[in-house]
Amino acid sequence: MLAKRIIPCLDVKDGRVVKGVQFVNLRDAGDPVEIAAAYEKEGADELTFLDITASHEKRDTILDVVAHTAEKVFMPLTVGGGVRTIEDIRNLLKAGADKVAINTAAVHNPEFVGQAAKRFGSQCIVVAIDAKQVDAELSKTPPTLDWHDHHPDLFITESVNSPVWQVFTHGGRNPTGIDAVKWAKQMEAFGAGEILLTSMDRDGTKTGYDLALNRTVSEAVGVPVIASGGAGTLEHLYEGIVEGKADAVLAASIFHFKEFTIGETKLYLKSKNITVRI
Amino acid sequence: MIAVIDYGMGNLRSVQKALEAVGARAVVTRKPAEILSASSVVLPGVGAFKDCMANLCQFGLVDAVHKSIQSGKPFLGICLGLQLLFHQSQEFGQVPGLEVLPGDVVGFAGKIPDSVSGSALKIPHMGWNTVQVKKNNPLFKSIPDNSYFYFVHSYFVVPERSDDIATTTEYGIEFVSSIHHENIYAFQFHPEKSQKLGSTLLKNFSELQ
Repeated sequence: MLAKRIIPCLDVKDGRVVKGVQFVNLRDAGDPVEIAAAYEKEGADELTFLDITASHEKRDTILDVVAHTAEKVFMPLTVGGGVRTIEDIRNLLKAGADKVAINTAAVHNPEFVGQAAKRFGSQCIVVAIDAKQVDAELSKTPPTLDWHDHHPDLFITESVNSPVWQVFTHGGRNPTGIDAVKWAKQMEAFGAGEILLTSMDRDGTKTGYDLALNRTVSEAVGVPVIASGGAGTLEHLYEGIVEGKADAVLAASIFHFKEFTIGETKLYLKSKNITVRI
Repeated sequence: MIAVIDYGMGNLRSVQKALEAVGARAVVTRKPAEILSASSVVLPGVGAFKDCMANLCQFGLVDAVHKSIQSGKPFLGICLGLQLLFHQSQEFGQVPGLEVLPGDVVGFAGKIPDSVSGSALKIPHMGWNTVQVKKNNPLFKSIPDNSYFYFVHSYFVVPERSDDIATTTEYGIEFVSSIHHENIYAFQFHPEKSQKLGSTLLKNFSELQ
């Protein structure tokens, strides 16, 4: 039976892991390659690098990181952050990434996802969606996206009774007016092979995933959905899989700070009758 | 020297590095002469069946693949490299394959009964799943039955000869996850992404004569 995946996520800036990682026996706790190898040893199912390098001059550092990781670690590697062009994707895959996560570039030009899937195959195109639940009254978001008139149906038009989530870009700073559930379906239609769904309401709070968001998206699309944002306990991971219907769960801090090892996480999930690879 | 065939599709570097990590010497190449002189050959591949076949043709590699297989040296297909060995694929209409092994390539879509899955299973079949060994095979030496390997695919092979089936895997239905026919070995999953057990498979392959 297909196992639910446990995916640690590393924020990489200028080629170094940020958001402190507390692994014992590491010579260099900021080295993504060493941390990746440690996670592989623990039995992580995949690994995600989120490149948060700000300056353009240093953007190629992620390619070195990916290349060195792919030489040492034999597990699926997803790289996101700043993926804007077909050339970016080609370079990352060539360096050894198995999948790339596209976020802001998809919002600016949805067709880009279609082009990428056509060129490289859906299996390596992950669309990352950062979503926030819309308050009773939708904050006014002028439709500034130039493709708005081509897909007006994708935008949130009015405040509604059932929960609605809005897509944000630039790490949750910029609202787009796009309905996250409709967006996920559209991205699948364009060829996304997987959805990485982050709740910006929950990210960093350690209060658990946004289960309603996850479940709604997971039931709306036919491709796997990775739950992200908010995991603080092992029970949160369990809820994400069972109630959020996630195919995989992504977490950063609970693994980095050694609150739980991947091994402990999997034993816990197994004891709750979740299929995991041990 | 193991030749990893480069036809512009797939994560060749990963395959090469995984082979090197188990002590094999591997070269990524699209030169027919290099492929023909290699001691064994790997045909990797991710992406779409149609594009892969088109690239193999465009780079003039179809003949080198056929001759390698006919020469009797160990040949390993990975993922799409497994599917390409069959007669034809239903991905994007009927597309002919290399026609080395009898059988077709079909999609999961519409094949998975709802009664089995409860709710619809996600496609692609992506992640770690177990493989059940159906036939003794030197590549599965030191690999326990029901071990986990990493899969990512939406199509699978349906061989005509049940003798060719080496392992099967369950995803809503039971499908063929590896093939063994004479000197041909092929996996639907990715040994180069399957950590320790994947490395064992590659080591076993590299030690074949």
